Amino acid sequence: MDTIGQLLLAYVAVLGFGLIINIPRRALNIAGWIGTLTWGFYLIVQVFDGGVVLGSFVGSVGIGVLSNVAAHYKKMPSIIFNIPSLVSFVPGSQAYQMVRNFALGKYVTAMGFTLQVVMITGAIALGFLIAELLNRLISFCILQWQRMKIE
Amino acid sequence: MTTDELIIATCLRAGKIMVENGSEISRVDDTMIRIAQNAGVIQANTYVTITGVMMSISGRNATQIASVNKRTIDLEKVAQVNQLSRTFADQQIDLPTLYAQLGELDGASRSFPLWLQLVGAALVSGPLMIMFRHETINTWPTIIIGTLGYLVFYLLNRYLKIKFLSELVAALFIGFAAEWAYQVGWGTNINDIIIGALMPLVPGVPLTNAVRDILAGNFVSGPARAVEALISAAALGFGIAVVISIF
Repeated sequence: MDTIGQLLLAYVAVLGFGLIINIPRRALNIAGWIGTLTWGFYLIVQVFDGGVVLGSFVGSVGIGVLSNVAAHYKKMPSIIFNIPSLVSFVPGSQAYQMVRNFALGKYVTAMGFTLQVVMITGAIALGFLIAELLNRLISFCILQWQRMKIE
Repeated sequence: MTTDELIIATCLRAGKIMVENGSEISRVDDTMIRIAQNAGVIQANTYVTITGVMMSISGRNATQIASVNKRTIDLEKVAQVNQLSRTFADQQIDLPTLYAQLGELDGASRSFPLWLQLVGAALVSGPLMIMFRHETINTWPTIIIGTLGYLVFYLLNRYLKIKFLSELVAALFIGFAAEWAYQVGWGTNINDIIIGALMPLVPGVPLTNAVRDILAGNFVSGPARAVEALISAAALGFGIAVVISIF
């Protein structure tokens, strides 16, 4: 129940962020589904005690690959799908705790949260890099497969 | 206008619209080159940064620059330019039509109406608060403060046109409103309310584009966007820090 609720919330949040940054109407639904699916990957990583960093990494790889697929399918730029879907992975909670602890003068705790923010952001960036690699690989494989079919 | 000039003007207009509305640089480059190639230019050179677009055709005299002074986030327009470029590649429209339609696109405002954007802000703030904090007691205060915070940001950004200042004021508003909700007894946890209410203001587009630009090797625009995202985040952080230090 809790899991289904989380997935539903992920869909709603991605839809909301899509409305704010004004993505095309016919892309909203697919962006929402990408958000839901990748949040599902994140939850699976959490079940196996993978931690937030690994979860964000897996999620952003998923977002990168799925957005590319959606971009080919809908013939739209892939940023339309990957920016809204990323909203659930933003380390907002940790970033807030960082600012709060700095403001309260608890520098040791604040540094801990800073490192968490840096690591999560880094994991998301690395996830995009790996996703780019996978995208190239997928399009290469499709090309080879089409060539084999023609011959 | 000669054909060369028209080709360059069309490419620049397309590039300018895309950069202004939050596309990543490699896509702008790609679209401009594609338009030029479909218009019959064998080798075109483009130089795209987030503050200006330049283009020339190899071996000819014409070179032009378009400066980008304002940057907003409107991914619908990016998709529209992409669509127009595709129809031009399929030879459904000719170059002067493409040029005219790009001009129309630039003038038209296709963003969602304000109330729908506010609904979007509500949908972002509440659900993310529940997802991050695993509690539902503070949902309503978060949704309402998040929506009002986005409204403050939207109105200030529209009339002041300084994004970072609007973000700072919106963060201050969210902080004070959350503190007020806590004092009145409406919300039980000020931290959760602030985290959720801030989420619609997160600089998602500059951040994602910064990563994508840097990965694509655009070392002028990528870091510039990263700085933009960092200043936005710092503005939000300062606003909240002020409120926390006061109370």
